[in-house]
Amino acid sequence: MRKLLSVTLTGLAATPAMAGEMAVTVEIPRLDVAEYHRPYLAVWVEQNDQAIANLTVRYDVQKRDNEGTKWLKDMRQWWRRSGRDQSFPIDGVSGPTLPVGEHTLSFDTAKGPLAALKPGAYALVVEAAREVGGRELLRIPFEWPAKVAVSQSVKGSSELGTVALAIKP
Amino acid sequence: MKSLLARTGLTIALIAGMALPAAAHRTWMLPSATVLSGQDPWITVDAAVSNDLFYFEHVPLRLDGLQVITPDGREGKAENQATGKYRSTFDVHLDKPGTYKVAMAGGGLMASWEEGGQRKRWRGTAENFAKEVPANAEKLQVTENFRRMEIFATAGKPTDTALKPTGKGLELVPVTHPNDLFAGENATFQFVLDGKPAPDLEVSIIPGGIRYRNELGEMKLKTDKEGKVTVKWPAPGMYWMEADLEDNKTSVKQAAKRRASYNTTLEVLAQ
Repeated sequence: MRKLLSVTLTGLAATPAMAGEMAVTVEIPRLDVAEYHRPYLAVWVEQNDQAIANLTVRYDVQKRDNEGTKWLKDMRQWWRRSGRDQSFPIDGVSGPTLPVGEHTLSFDTAKGPLAALKPGAYALVVEAAREVGGRELLRIPFEWPAKVAVSQSVKGSSELGTVALAIKP
Repeated sequence: MKSLLARTGLTIALIAGMALPAAAHRTWMLPSATVLSGQDPWITVDAAVSNDLFYFEHVPLRLDGLQVITPDGREGKAENQATGKYRSTFDVHLDKPGTYKVAMAGGGLMASWEEGGQRKRWRGTAENFAKEVPANAEKLQVTENFRRMEIFATAGKPTDTALKPTGKGLELVPVTHPNDLFAGENATFQFVLDGKPAPDLEVSIIPGGIRYRNELGEMKLKTDKEGKVTVKWPAPGMYWMEADLEDNKTSVKQAAKRRASYNTTLEVLAQ
């Protein structure tokens, strides 16, 4: 893992200075419930109901025998658009669930899942589903590539707090 | 007698569970889930005959003739079968990725006639008809039926192999995959009779949860000339879809009519 990280960082440093960044900030809200489990979370880029790029999928990756994957289908739009076509864990996409708070995920626009994005209209989609809890899905539309810096946010009402998208060209 | 029973066991079982007057009761299978993820998914299925969908209030569905088709088109297993007062249950282990079909299909001929002032009844297959029903039977009445009931469940990515129609009786050929249904979206299904499109067929779709509302909520659709219907799902939930028809394509000339029916339970997910 450490080795992979260092390779990534080297790679990042080696990219041209003009490469931009997409930052996705997801707020996992504090909920006053008797039984709390961190939500499963999927963040992806869609176009015309198709998942174009998986940015991250957070689930209970610690469980024995990949058992945490049993509830992935509760993120039912993501499951339909992408999850059911994958095998788990997904390299570079799967990760553990996130605690209450704000989390920012940054992606180099010239590398990884965003590098292949063709110019056009897309949406960032964030879907959260919580064991013995609810489910919520939020979308932020955006144009690609961004000519100027773009910053947008939407606010969830139950399972998600504020979700923000910032693109630096 | 024993061999006759053995041969017609399936038919009798199906008639006990399924061949009730069409308007009286509904037969159904209800899967615990239809869209599954994970390493080792299972579904459990309830099967019953009832008035209201999907409640156990009349008789259990007999499980004779139950068939599981695995994603590679092979015969699978319906495990832990049990029949109680009001319902039967069984489990299916989805141990391969893809779409499973659980089916119950069958039927045959029913005959009645008079012999020395007594009413005689017989149930069986076309092959046995000539052997077992007297050629000179008085006041002979023969009817034929073929019924099919199916449900679908998918582990991972939906596949089509298990969905292939058998070519016998009334069947559903999905255009929209039956485990990819969402509220507010359209789904298209084709009905085929003996493998050929069934046009002008009335198809009824009823949402579950009848007990807690006043209206039946039935949607009545008619197949087009290719045997296709398109439904826009009004809300998420479990739906019962049914169609039946009568024609004169009987397997013995003494039967005037053949009745063919199909039903399935479909799960529509929320957006």
